[in-house]
Amino acid sequence: MVRRIFSSPLTLIGFILVFILLFLAAFAPLIATYNPLEVNFSNKLQPPSSAHIFGTDEVGRDIFSRIVYGSRISLKVGLLVVVISFPVGTMLGAIAGYFGGLVDQIIMRLTDIFLSFPGIILAMSIAAALGPSIENVLLALAVVWWPWYTRIVRSSVLSIKNAEFIESSRALGAHPFRILFKDILPNSIAPASIQASLDLGFVILAAAGLSFIGLGAQPPSPEWGAMLSSSREILREAWWAATFPGLAILFTVLGFNLLGDGLRDVLDPKQR
Amino acid sequence: MDAIQYISKRLLLMIPILFGISVLTFFISHTIPGDPARLILGPKADPVIIKELQEKMGLNDPVYVQYGRYVSGILQGDLGNSTYTQQAVVNDLKRYFPATLELTLFSMIITVLVGIPFGIISANKKDKIPDQITRFAALIGVAMPAFWLGIILLLFFYLQLGVLPGAGRLDTWVSPPAHITGMYTIDALLTGNWPVFQSAFIHLILPGITQAAVTIGMITRMTRSSMLEVLRSDYVRTAYAKGGSQNRVLYGHALQNGMMPILTLIGMTFGHSLGGSVLVESVFSWPGLGKYAVNAITYLDFPAVMGVTLLIAVLFIFVNLIIDIFYQVIDPRLKYE
Repeated sequence: MVRRIFSSPLTLIGFILVFILLFLAAFAPLIATYNPLEVNFSNKLQPPSSAHIFGTDEVGRDIFSRIVYGSRISLKVGLLVVVISFPVGTMLGAIAGYFGGLVDQIIMRLTDIFLSFPGIILAMSIAAALGPSIENVLLALAVVWWPWYTRIVRSSVLSIKNAEFIESSRALGAHPFRILFKDILPNSIAPASIQASLDLGFVILAAAGLSFIGLGAQPPSPEWGAMLSSSREILREAWWAATFPGLAILFTVLGFNLLGDGLRDVLDPKQR
Repeated sequence: MDAIQYISKRLLLMIPILFGISVLTFFISHTIPGDPARLILGPKADPVIIKELQEKMGLNDPVYVQYGRYVSGILQGDLGNSTYTQQAVVNDLKRYFPATLELTLFSMIITVLVGIPFGIISANKKDKIPDQITRFAALIGVAMPAFWLGIILLLFFYLQLGVLPGAGRLDTWVSPPAHITGMYTIDALLTGNWPVFQSAFIHLILPGITQAAVTIGMITRMTRSSMLEVLRSDYVRTAYAKGGSQNRVLYGHALQNGMMPILTLIGMTFGHSLGGSVLVESVFSWPGLGKYAVNAITYLDFPAVMGVTLLIAVLFIFVNLIIDIFYQVIDPRLKYE
């Protein structure tokens, strides 16, 4: 299976991009050449050079080192949001699909309501109500994200709940929750997991956007969206301050997307 | 069931959704912050004044009373007052909405004009070079932070080349056209004011492209997969067998049937664009809902944030409703269900 995943060059690129991200986050102190928060006014707005490969910002901080440390923030947000919203959404979707009836109605109407907001807008208002900080953005995104998993899991549960092996469990008198968690869930979780791997990228993108508008990480945090936001002030003098954090976001999202697409082709060939 | 019945049934189904939206926004605005009065007055406010406002806002009443007041306020068009502009939020929304609508419509036009043809080309040349390039470009478009693309476009076309304007809706020396729709390009055309139209149009280009980049990616991918499905079908093979030219088969037969899922996606991308306006408008200082919301966040102006949230949610579900109805009406194969 591993060979099948990497037979596509795009998937391989995705894997490499994600690997680089993980590597940067894990070994940030060893890779970064400067302290990401260290201000050095005599060295401000330096263009990329051998000393500062991505240049320096308006207070002389090394942009490369900031991006390296920023990978930790982005990865943390992406993982935690998915780790919170995936089990919640999956559970609700499985219950709705398996038990049907009133429970199904209530759960699905609830997801309809959450999905009737453009995600970023709902996350924006929740984060604004909680107060600006990266933890609150994380929470807001988790609140916005779970209904997608609920929908996906519900439909896969519906498609297998009358399969013969489920019938036989039922005939043997297994408890409904046992059937749900031992038989149905493991066999219907693949599409939602693929979605989760794609979502890692989109969550990171959304979190960067919320930080960009001032809701998430606050200065001087080396969060990529916040870095982009402050780069606007010095756009005329320092193109590098805007360019590199954006590329970091782009490659990260692209990496998770390519990897997710590759997984889908292997695990769920029908979707293509 | 006929069309009228279908439409009225769909409208009835909107009621629980709208109710749900109101409960959710009420919860966000009244419960999460702990103390909305403190939120409105800011962290440094005098406790006595906070207490007064709590009393005035009825925050000591039971939750259901507060909710009832909140909903009846909304139904009468009262969304509270913006603490920053000191205006009724409803009036602010009216003032900023046309700019957002103009930008969103313009970016949707770009999306459709670029995304659909590229999706068709991609499907028709499946796995050949044009398909590979288009797919890769669409992938980049979806993965790219729009706000970053906006900054890069500004850097290049405004600061470096100086060929396109950087911020706002009009050049400073041009005064806005007479207010008809509030959308400057359309108002300028309606009043035959050519110089204003030009100025308004060139200001739309960069934010429009920025806004469209993501949705082009989405529409291209959807068009491609939808067309691939149609191109495999029997009637397309028959049409070719009868000697139909490629263009005739593609545009006359395949596209018509492949359009259905694309139409749904256009509705979704409309919502995506409205959401994205928060980011794109703040890059281009575009004076619309998004910029208004971001300003409101900066000044902790919470009623304004909630006003924008509510308006965008309601717009979003109505656009999707219209698309759904349209979809049912134009496709005779679908029985009204």
